[in-house]
Amino acid sequence: MPKTSTVAIHTQALRAKPEHKAVSAFSLLLRNPSAMVGAAVILFWTLGGIATLLWSPYPPNMTGAGPLLQPPSLEHLFGTDNFGRDIFSRVLAGARVSLWTGLLAVALSLVIGVPIGAIAGYFRGSVGMVLMRLMDMLLAFPSLLLAMTLAVALGPGLSSAMIAVGIVGIPEFARIMYGQTVSLREKDYVEASHAIGLKDGAILFRHILPNGIVPIIVRCALGMGYAILTAAALSFIGLGAQPPLAEWGVMISDGRGYIISGEWWMTFFPGFAIATSILGFNLFGDGLRDVLDPRLRTSAR
Amino acid sequence: MQTAVRRILAMIPTLLGVIVSIFVITRVLPGDPARTLAGENAADSVVEKLRVQMGLDQSIWQQFFDYFTGLFRGDLGFAWHTGRPVAEDFAARFPATVELALMALFIGIIIGIPLGILGATQRGRVADHATRIISLLGASMPLFWLGLLVISIFYGTLGWEPAPVGRIDDAINPPTHITGLYLLDSLLTGDTIAFKSAFSHLIWPAMVLSVGALAIISRMTRSAMLEVLGQDYIRTAQAKGMSQTRVIGAHALKNASPSIVTVVGLELGQLLGGAVITETIFNWPGIGGYVVESIEATDYAPVQAMTLVAAVIFLFVNLIVDLSQGILDPKVRNA
Repeated sequence: MPKTSTVAIHTQALRAKPEHKAVSAFSLLLRNPSAMVGAAVILFWTLGGIATLLWSPYPPNMTGAGPLLQPPSLEHLFGTDNFGRDIFSRVLAGARVSLWTGLLAVALSLVIGVPIGAIAGYFRGSVGMVLMRLMDMLLAFPSLLLAMTLAVALGPGLSSAMIAVGIVGIPEFARIMYGQTVSLREKDYVEASHAIGLKDGAILFRHILPNGIVPIIVRCALGMGYAILTAAALSFIGLGAQPPLAEWGVMISDGRGYIISGEWWMTFFPGFAIATSILGFNLFGDGLRDVLDPRLRTSAR
Repeated sequence: MQTAVRRILAMIPTLLGVIVSIFVITRVLPGDPARTLAGENAADSVVEKLRVQMGLDQSIWQQFFDYFTGLFRGDLGFAWHTGRPVAEDFAARFPATVELALMALFIGIIIGIPLGILGATQRGRVADHATRIISLLGASMPLFWLGLLVISIFYGTLGWEPAPVGRIDDAINPPTHITGLYLLDSLLTGDTIAFKSAFSHLIWPAMVLSVGALAIISRMTRSAMLEVLGQDYIRTAQAKGMSQTRVIGAHALKNASPSIVTVVGLELGQLLGGAVITETIFNWPGIGGYVVESIEATDYAPVQAMTLVAAVIFLFVNLIVDLSQGILDPKVRNA
């Protein structure tokens, strides 16, 4: 049962706490090997992608940058493809496409999913039930298939793939925020906020959201990996980015026909880029979770 | 019995919702199915004719009614590129997909569960870190890349894998049709030649497809086992001198099994999604490969149909998982 006399102390403690917690969490993160390896990989691809805006060994779409189907050499670090395009330049340029796609997709899931979860958890009743039922329903679809259906409906293309992946990610964010809100709304400080006449919107924004944010941040990191993977898979089957765009999934699809004849570098390097960037986000997300909230060590999807 | 009926009834709204959402995605979202089918450069009159043919000129409610009643007659739409109803194409290819998904799930279980147990019993030691790395890699591996790597190494370079086409060598007769699963049928009929060939074709794509499930099953097993291993009755069993194998087999694993079964059920849905990619790469004659062929032919009814079918299968599998919890866990049974 809430002890009214401690409410003031409680809120005071909560106000004082975050700053201190943020500093120590950051230094803990720096000492977490898995988070640091993940961050290094993410940083590598981010910088590599951004660098191509200014400089790249060859223009990513330049055909005949070298002889056709050359194995990796000093001139062409990752070799050349069937049009003589430089694969290293294309992989770097692809980083920009994939990270940007992932970022926008996760932002979309976040911006829609979090409010849905917060509203459903805070007001509950029939609105909450309907909203969460809707989310459960979306979770019944295998994620790649739902993304495919959405991408088909929106018309194949990179932006459709991005939106599709973003929509598929909504229920996960909603579910996390719902769980957080349901437990936080029973806290003394929320009751106290009610008592002093704060509006529901203010309580949600000022108290529940900041206090429930940790698993959401973790989900953002893990969601990036998932979004990059799904977007690349959509491009691979022709529903996402379209050739000749230098996108990792498209490049793998281009190289598919050369697997058995021995030109492994056409698929190996873009695939390696996808695998490492997803691994980077998974490592970083796991590290974040360990640092920010050790109680949350459930398996990531 | 009562719980079973209640669970089945509770599933109906979700099932309806799944049907409605597929309809909404395909008919209400911006984008014109008739235009997509006809191609961007088709004349307006052609598109208009197609629209009437597809029933798109009717009111949205009429369209939904037709779609909904059609589903109950087994009508999943028409595949223009094969010239047959989608349901017929699906029926012919379904066993191949089921065989692949079940084999992948089987591999995920027989490797994932021991890995998880190893991680939990060796917590914090080398074996635990090794299993963690395996599951992390498994969760990060793009299927289409892994599949192509496997083909280039095991077929292209080493020659261990048969040509990644089909379910059985062309020169070998498929086993007599009983279940449609080649491996099972050849076992039932004692056809060792067909069994060997079918197995060598199945095992590679199944291993590739299993990677994601393996990662998650091992993680879940590890955390469920850790929770159980911290309980008093485990300490009691150990204190009375029970061997470690028996403690784990008879007590810990048994009590961890409800969580493990749950995650296995959830993974089956993801496997159906992954089958799309795996079947395409290994030219496996299942539904997934067929759906990608349809996409390449800009024929989209099969995509929507597979999504719907996969969601329905997922719901039923999880209903069975839910009901099995009562058998596995007496606390649920008596609740």
